[in-house]
Amino acid sequence: MKKFLDDRKIHIPSGCGVTGIMDTSGKSISGSDIVTSIINMTERGNGLGSGYAGYGIYPEMKDSYCFHIMYQKDTVIEVTENYLNKKFNLILKEPIPTKNVKTLSYVPILYRYFISPKAELIKLNYETESQTEFFEQDFVSSCVMFINKEIEYAFVFSSGKNMGIFKGVGNPDEIAEFFKIYEYKAYIWTAHNRFPTNSVAWWGGAHPFGLLNWSVVHNGEISSYGINRRYLENFGYYCSLFTDTEVMAYLVDLIIRKHNLSFDILAKIFSAPFWSQIDRMEENEKNFYTYLRIIYGPALVNGPFAIIVTNNNTMVGLSDRTKLRPLVAGKKGSILYIASEEAAIRCVSKELDTVWTPKAGEPVIGKLS
Amino acid sequence: MSKSKFRTDFKIVRDMEKCIKCQACARVCSNDAHVYDNESNSIISYNDKCVGCHFCEDLCPTGALTIKRNIPEIKFNSHWDSYSVYNIIKQAETGGVLLTGMGNDKPFKEYFDHIVLNASQVTNPSIDPLREPMELKTFIGKKPDKIELKYEPYKLEYNKPELKIINYKISTKMPPQLVLETPIMFSAMSYGSISLNAQKSLAKAATEFGTMWNTGEGGLHEDLKPYSKNVIVQVASGRFGVDIDYLESAAAVEIKIGQGAKPGIGGHLPGEKVDTEVSKTRFIPIGSDAISPAPHHDIYSIEDLKQLIYALKEATRYQKPVGVKIAAVHNIAPIATGAVRAGADFVVIDGMRGGTGAAPTVIRDNVGIPIELAIAVVDQRLRDEGIRQQASLIAAGGFRSSADIIKAIALGVDAVYIGTSALISLGCHLCQKCYTGKCNWGIATQDPYLTKRLNPEIGAKRAYNLLRAWSLEIKEMLGGMGINAIESLRGNREQLRGVGLSELELKLLGIKHAGEAW
Ligand code: SF4
Ligand code: SF4
Repeated sequence: MKKFLDDRKIHIPSGCGVTGIMDTSGKSISGSDIVTSIINMTERGNGLGSGYAGYGIYPEMKDSYCFHIMYQKDTVIEVTENYLNKKFNLILKEPIPTKNVKTLSYVPILYRYFISPKAELIKLNYETESQTEFFEQDFVSSCVMFINKEIEYAFVFSSGKNMGIFKGVGNPDEIAEFFKIYEYKAYIWTAHNRFPTNSVAWWGGAHPFGLLNWSVVHNGEISSYGINRRYLENFGYYCSLFTDTEVMAYLVDLIIRKHNLSFDILAKIFSAPFWSQIDRMEENEKNFYTYLRIIYGPALVNGPFAIIVTNNNTMVGLSDRTKLRPLVAGKKGSILYIASEEAAIRCVSKELDTVWTPKAGEPVIGKLS
Repeated sequence: MSKSKFRTDFKIVRDMEKCIKCQACARVCSNDAHVYDNESNSIISYNDKCVGCHFCEDLCPTGALTIKRNIPEIKFNSHWDSYSVYNIIKQAETGGVLLTGMGNDKPFKEYFDHIVLNASQVTNPSIDPLREPMELKTFIGKKPDKIELKYEPYKLEYNKPELKIINYKISTKMPPQLVLETPIMFSAMSYGSISLNAQKSLAKAATEFGTMWNTGEGGLHEDLKPYSKNVIVQVASGRFGVDIDYLESAAAVEIKIGQGAKPGIGGHLPGEKVDTEVSKTRFIPIGSDAISPAPHHDIYSIEDLKQLIYALKEATRYQKPVGVKIAAVHNIAPIATGAVRAGADFVVIDGMRGGTGAAPTVIRDNVGIPIELAIAVVDQRLRDEGIRQQASLIAAGGFRSSADIIKAIALGVDAVYIGTSALISLGCHLCQKCYTGKCNWGIATQDPYLTKRLNPEIGAKRAYNLLRAWSLEIKEMLGGMGINAIESLRGNREQLRGVGLSELELKLLGIKHAGEAW
């Protein structure tokens, strides 16, 4: 009998294609562009994983967290919902709208929950407004980690506000059709096309990977995985999967949200400049990068990767420090494109204002204006 | 008096066809194992005096000498092995504690030999260290948990390929750091236990390579002041050579609590070795025994250690890392954690294979735990407590090759100390007779006739070569794993697999068995 593997239990190296589109003016773009773009890179996947993330897709519900949960067994739905009810106020629960696609298999049960954390549970140890949000997010992320770690067969694969991740085992066109991606409108879209080296059956292993408002699509294999993971444990993040992307998403959360650093600095932590480059810098910069490398050495992401990281107002493309995986960027008016291949950009926007190949370790950053 | 029943460990084999009777061997052997007899114009071998240092063998111009082990042909007995039998005979004769030098030589399990490394294939490319940068730069010291910046408002431009980070002010204060060009340093070996020429060789090599050497507990000799930018000075229980100049001239200060070769016991440099120079360096009278008590008599608890750490930090105005060296014993994880909580900027753990100038054999061979396990449990404990960033971890104790070192780093240390292998690079042949002060290689001796055999220029070159060779090998192995900076391997136990280890051993080491994927 053919045996399918589960990313939850083992690490499966993968090759991939990534693409992202953002309208920095905040105007909504239909899902069809991102689907066209990722389908253009079918070569980069093998039909064993694809996914999409869209920001701005739930405008009527933009103030509540939206959990997308997949269940591999219906028996765990009740357990999970009991847990959610303890921690959150439920605003709306509904099945994630899907279309039957015959070629897909191992389809899990999919629900989405619009929820807000119970105020009394998190209002304990802080005073000011800005902290409220921080503690709230900490609370939500710990709940996500709890479900993913402790409740077998339940998996929260999207947990942000006014954003959503849709993914599964299949080709990008099949997954797009299944989740009816064309029907959503978003100002940031990312997509992923996976080439796992093994047969995978678990839908949670596909990308994008998300936590809170973060989502990450990632093409690469991280040789520093072992230490990145242990470094995160130092700060209370426990990886429940065996994918590099999970580690990336948690690192982003730690560095940007908890350590309050900007995306350009995140880029310089993930893809730190070489000492030989630092030695040639002016005193001020040299000092800065030396500090960064001393403090964030364990967060250096070593090995080939190209990622697109997004949250509600930013899209960042980044490659590793020697650029072992491709990444191209293009711009047309207020729209920023980042993809593994130029063709994936050209197929949705022929007349670009500019198109360029970012240097190794240099981020491409799109911000909502 | 009956004839001594001491066993002869070695047999001197002289090929008379080759021997030209130059008498070189008779002149050099500090143990008088070769004696020239004028009357018969012959060289007589005293096998019982030979310690197996192989100096004469290397020196003999015609290659006439071979030093062979003399395996005693007593009746085989797997329990009463000849080692035990002859030790009893020795002690029956002397009534004393058996002494020895260098590290534990017993056949304990070598965990490093049961651990294998990873390499990249297909899904991630390996890196050629000859073409691509490969970084070994290492920082020793407390690391802040995060960087805090004050931003000046500035605009991000996403289509500018190169971002310049200039609009910030760093508000984080960086604690003092040692910068190493390779994660390999020279262990503490005091002037007194080794010769000045040996220390100078290591000091010079470390300085040229951009790493650290360590004074041990014997003070810092005048001649070595030029190498003080790269020295870690020790403050041990005898406080020899410690004054404010000593502390101020150093790059870092290390409080020595214990030593892997002899955990729980102190040191004793016999008065005969305390000549003018040693006396000046150690601040003790000529000819007096230099005794390092077993514990520091001002440290009877963890809070006492904290006081000494902060006293030294105060004395050096918080400009230098202050660390603590402890022997790897059963409770190493909580002890190391305690040292970090007491303020140590780095913790050195010295495993049971660590060397010594002199130790009771019974202690050396039976006390302490293997360094591999000590590293693994200490690193894990510090992480469990969320304080791994607060101190660097250094391991010492018997690193034989670059492979041992890279495995130690992947298990979790920031850097290693090498002592025995550094001395081997200077000529040591591990005869384990360091405590006699007659080292023919000019290392573990203060006899000017012997020490001048070790030319510090040549010694420095050889020790430098060892650092270079091992660093190159580490780069090769890193490149193979697809990693181009040592910090991405540090604590990265996914790159290690055990072979032939039990489940418990794997659990303690925090590694998977070979054959298991991620
Ligand atoms: S020089 Fe060393 S090896 Fe040679 S006889 Fe003397 S002790 Fe033995
Ligand atoms: S240092 Fe000298 S005495 Fe000690 S083991 Fe080496 S060769 Fe022998």
